[in-house]
Amino acid sequence: MQQTREHTLKAFDEDLDRLRALISEMGGLAEHSIGEAMRCLVERDLEGAQRVIADDKKLDILEVETERKAVQLIALRAPMASDLRDVVAALKISGVVERIGDYAKNIAKRVPLLENVGKIEPLSLLPEMARISASMVHDVLDAFIERDAQAAVRVCERDDAVDDFYDSIFRTLLTHMMENPHNIGPSAHLLFIAKNLERVGDHATNIAEMVYYAATGEHMADRPGKSPR
Amino acid sequence: MNDTATALRIAVPGNSGPSEIRTKMPTAIDIRDLDFYYGKSHALKDVSMAVPANGVTAIIGPSGCGKSTLLRTINRIYEIYPDQYAAGSIAIDGRNVLDRRYPLSELRRRVGMVFQKPTPFPSTIRSNVAFALSYYERLSKSELDARVEDALRQAALWDEVKDKLSDSALSLSGGQQQRLCIARTLAVRPEIILLDEPTSALDPISTAKIEELIHELRERFTIVIVTHNMQQAARVSQETAFFHLGELIEFGSTSDIFTNPREQRTKDYITGRFG
Repeated sequence: MQQTREHTLKAFDEDLDRLRALISEMGGLAEHSIGEAMRCLVERDLEGAQRVIADDKKLDILEVETERKAVQLIALRAPMASDLRDVVAALKISGVVERIGDYAKNIAKRVPLLENVGKIEPLSLLPEMARISASMVHDVLDAFIERDAQAAVRVCERDDAVDDFYDSIFRTLLTHMMENPHNIGPSAHLLFIAKNLERVGDHATNIAEMVYYAATGEHMADRPGKSPR
Repeated sequence: MNDTATALRIAVPGNSGPSEIRTKMPTAIDIRDLDFYYGKSHALKDVSMAVPANGVTAIIGPSGCGKSTLLRTINRIYEIYPDQYAAGSIAIDGRNVLDRRYPLSELRRRVGMVFQKPTPFPSTIRSNVAFALSYYERLSKSELDARVEDALRQAALWDEVKDKLSDSALSLSGGQQQRLCIARTLAVRPEIILLDEPTSALDPISTAKIEELIHELRERFTIVIVTHNMQQAARVSQETAFFHLGELIEFGSTSDIFTNPREQRTKDYITGRFG
């Protein structure tokens, strides 16, 4: 549901574009951080992990900037209908993306703790899980920028795959922990990482619901032809 | 369509036109298949809408969309101009008020109107309110005083004017004059109040007072307000109708119209993308 027509007041469009650009920038950073945190984990790159942790500050700053811009837009432009839904969605999405950034930071913080751990099988599953979670974040924010409700629905549908990964990793790590108590420490860290990635998928799903509402004015749960979850 | 009389029809209950848009509330003003002409200019086109009782209905739309024309039609002000005429029906209590047999004095008592600019009579504050009362009802001096006070209280003006009822109405501020006009309208105890951009000539404080007044009155009266200020429509009304080029484009709950309008033209207008 692309908004084709421009506002009579051009500055209004510029404000909305700026808000979208901020969300886009936040999304890009969060997606990059997840990928980087995972790369650092696999390659035992401690310096890289430090950079991921430091980069989280940028997300915090962008979230504040988004909130400021959204409040200013509501106060000065009094947006209505789809514009209002967009601004409210941007406000909420920025908070969720900031949370996603926190998960990436949390993964990066565990990199030094796992530095000397030998090969544990889930370590080969986690990057793929991270790839799907990060791509959900990427695609759902594209859907927001494009006001594409159907793309948002497709993002939600991918959350099942992330949940399946989590279940599989959980069972594997449990087995590792039962086999040898020395594995409990590193396995617990990996389990938290898997949980973080699972939460990233959940947050992407939440954003998808916001995007759907912003684009259509309807709640995703009420959409026609919806299959029971 | 030169003969207005033959063009008028009495509303038949249950005879819903295809373009009719209804709400769930009891209906105070049942407008059906309404057309209005300024000479050859077709100002309202097949408008059907059921204005709910005891609430505020806002009429919005760009200039020349027919908003004010609709109000003028509801209380038949247009009749004094020879080349203006209406076709279709506007039923209040099941009777078509457009029918010339419907007494104008009764219509004016039941349907009050307040205009864009305050229009007090150049006389005292008291006689502004008492004038229409004395026309419609035979009241003793004390009854008349009580009714004047009652109307001024309802219009939230009493405390400001109670000590100067014999002063000229023209000595009041614009906002007070407008509330006096509302008091004048309320005095004859109408059922319906039509407000045509009642605050467009007022400052923000006076505007807020009028809006608060509308809010207080809405449970006892059916109020139809025409406004160019969309924020005002959003603030004061429960139902909103959007008109464009004489057509009723969309009519629904104010909250739906301002958060999720159905029609593209409504969306464009509400979000400032028109033209």
